[in-house]
Amino acid sequence: MSRARNLTGMRILLAPALAVLLALPFVGCRAMARAGQAAGVVTPEQADAMIKTGDSFGKALEQITPEQEYYVGRAVGATLMSTHKGYDNAAATRYVNLVGQTLAMGSDKPETFGGYHFLIFDSDEINAFAAPGGLIFLSRGMLRLCKTEDELAAVLAHEVAHVNLGHAIAAISNSRWTQAFTILGTEGAKSFGGEQLSQLTTAFEGSIDDITSKLVTSGYARGQERAADALAVTILRRVGYDPGALARVLGNMAHDLKPGGVDFAKTHPPPQARIADLSKMKFAPPAPAPAARQQRFQQSMRGV
Amino acid sequence: MRIRPHLLAVALAMVMAGGAYAAVSADMSVQIRNAQLRATPSYLGKVSGNVPYAQRVQIMQVQGDWFEVRSGTATGWLHKSALTTKKIAAKSGAADVGATASGEELALAGKGFNADVEADFKKKNAKIDFGPIDRMEKIKVSPGDARAFLEQGGVKAATGGAR
Repeated sequence: MSRARNLTGMRILLAPALAVLLALPFVGCRAMARAGQAAGVVTPEQADAMIKTGDSFGKALEQITPEQEYYVGRAVGATLMSTHKGYDNAAATRYVNLVGQTLAMGSDKPETFGGYHFLIFDSDEINAFAAPGGLIFLSRGMLRLCKTEDELAAVLAHEVAHVNLGHAIAAISNSRWTQAFTILGTEGAKSFGGEQLSQLTTAFEGSIDDITSKLVTSGYARGQERAADALAVTILRRVGYDPGALARVLGNMAHDLKPGGVDFAKTHPPPQARIADLSKMKFAPPAPAPAARQQRFQQSMRGV
Repeated sequence: MRIRPHLLAVALAMVMAGGAYAAVSADMSVQIRNAQLRATPSYLGKVSGNVPYAQRVQIMQVQGDWFEVRSGTATGWLHKSALTTKKIAAKSGAADVGATASGEELALAGKGFNADVEADFKKKNAKIDFGPIDRMEKIKVSPGDARAFLEQGGVKAATGGAR
């Protein structure tokens, strides 16, 4: 049989395989939970929690395209940054982007429409946000909490995990999504009229509100945070950072977070509870970090 | 004998799908703004070409999360998260992907939250500044930068590094 004919035959056979392989990222939590369980990374309780979280995902997460997620993420980011000032430190920003990018590459969803980008905002609060599509924001206060590159990687991996798991998009209420798509269902909406666009923008604004209030005020469900921590550990392992660094940075947080604060103290489970969950996960410690890693961390964090 | 791994992949897929699978074409669309083809199935592989949003590519073989694709004369590997089985209809000659409309299940996508909606949102929310977002999106880390960074810091996974 000629090579060309082989390839044609192969393409037909490949079709069902592709359908399944491509469906996997969209199965999301459930598949991740099972894979993690099989690899002995996630405890059965965590896997259950992750699956439950997956079951409660809304219409937006099922239906959104990467391109739409990108535009939602930009507006969420711009809204967050309207109350936070950017931190002008090129060396620290570059460094955080380098660490973050290697984690994104080792994550379950390395490709997003516009890619992953990281910004430091100038605040003493201990905080970090992940907008849809991979725009990740962290405070100077959060950076100061990190004593090593591995601890910084742990913080960033947790945020990358929220992006992978679609948690922000899942915060969009079903009614907004229905509203948006009712407008779009209108015949001939290929290029909008002014009124359709205006209605669509209203649904967009509502979606941005849903997400920012989740990020800034109410926080994710406990199960979602647990899922993000579990995936963060997996990402750290894949890239080669110490998975134990997540529990360590949470320990720093337990020490430094002020009760009643409007930052992580408000939107996240107590660090001690997250450390307790992480202590159930088993992983081999990686090779010790060479001195060069700590040197570049200290150099990049100088002045932060 | 190149066909064997593919038969394996198909068999595996059928088992995973419990026998229920839909017939789809082995052509797929790029669903990110700019997909970089890599010479090897890894982010640490050299970039061997670029494929724009909505471009159809032909699947040559699958290895884990990586698909070897052909686009015109270029071949290379893409991570599965860059691809969709759905057809995306880009406006011919449109530079702005936000102004694209899409077909099949993605029919609504190009018409959904896009650059037009962002522009309208900006008009109605003048106090919200997109400047910091535009600037952060300009920060680029190339695969070479990432590789050098991991090596310099001695960051190495026991199982062979970043995927």
